[in-house]
Amino acid sequence: MSNATFQFIAGIVKQRSGGVLGPDQAYMLDTRLAPLLKRENLASLDALALKLRGPASDKLAQEVAELLTTNESHFFRDGKPFDHLKELLPALHKARAPGLPIRIWSAACSTGQEAYSIAILIADAQDLDPSMKARRFEIIGTDLTRAVLDRAKEGIFTQFEVQRGLPVRALMKHFKQIEGRWQASERLRGFTRFEQANLLQDVARFGRFDVVFCRNVLIYFDLPTKARVLNGIAAQMAPDGALYLGAAETALGITDRVEPLLGQRAVYRPVAARMARSA
Amino acid sequence: MSMDCLVVDDSGVVRKVARRILEKHGFSVREAADGALALQAVEQAMPRLVLLDRNMPVMDGIEFLKNLRARYGSSEPTVVMCTTEAAQERILEGLEAGADEYVMKPFDEAILVDKLTMVGVLQA
Repeated sequence: MSNATFQFIAGIVKQRSGGVLGPDQAYMLDTRLAPLLKRENLASLDALALKLRGPASDKLAQEVAELLTTNESHFFRDGKPFDHLKELLPALHKARAPGLPIRIWSAACSTGQEAYSIAILIADAQDLDPSMKARRFEIIGTDLTRAVLDRAKEGIFTQFEVQRGLPVRALMKHFKQIEGRWQASERLRGFTRFEQANLLQDVARFGRFDVVFCRNVLIYFDLPTKARVLNGIAAQMAPDGALYLGAAETALGITDRVEPLLGQRAVYRPVAARMARSA
Repeated sequence: MSMDCLVVDDSGVVRKVARRILEKHGFSVREAADGALALQAVEQAMPRLVLLDRNMPVMDGIEFLKNLRARYGSSEPTVVMCTTEAAQERILEGLEAGADEYVMKPFDEAILVDKLTMVGVLQA
């Protein structure tokens, strides 16, 4: 693969998903695009680049961007945000007027493990406090990649996947075994909705959120893009809401629209919340 | 101080793989090839953790587990079942017999470490 081809394909990924591919990730083009080359009957990545430069290549370009956007997910990943959310859910329930839904956004939700982890916390919280059963909870999972969204909607996971992060008792309580795979219960699926969305484009249509999970997404963006994404999220958050970033991510020095919650790692709240409280 | 783990499996290959992973994470490992030998090992010294296969000759994992809990109570040791028996009713049977967690074979280091963290044997 020529350097020009690498730069061109990395440019497509950047433009469509915002993801930054470094030269050390050039191997990903070989491994992830090999099936596509075979299907399109193309001899090399250079031939693919040539085709992408040609007419009517929009669909192919989208496919390339999706294939090169990292999807890695397991249940209750990093643990801590979920411990925090477990405490936050009853507090939000008390703070919200009856009839008002509590809305949670799983941004870049991949195959849905994060969204279903949140759904498990909600179901368990409802079982502990039956007054929460009258409350409507909505988890909106969004991702750039259609294929992962289809899987997320089904809520069916392999044996291998359910072992990543999911305690066996939660598996027994909330999943049903179907031909060796495991499907999230109707109750869990009832909390969730999955839609295709690009974090760099219009996400305002999803409305206001009480809680946002945007973890291990920013690491793929450059600084201005990180700021754009974070500001977009902050604009849609309830003043007393919580934003969870990945354990290795920070909003410090990137935007002043969110601030870290004292004593918590990678938990943020919109800045307007503090201003409203001190007023 | 290293933590004591008893690996109970009739497959020497599985015991070897488990030993390699567990020793890497600071465990000292003892091995037993069936439930009866495992009970003897527990009598000698109570392990912190038992990694337990289900289908074994002489005494299977479920029978061992029932014996273990009847003799020593449910608080120790932590028992993680590690088996090819992945049907929902089989898993429930293991939990009812007193297992704390369940690993379905084939497993890898990430899954085992994840499960041991869930039950508090390893720190996150």
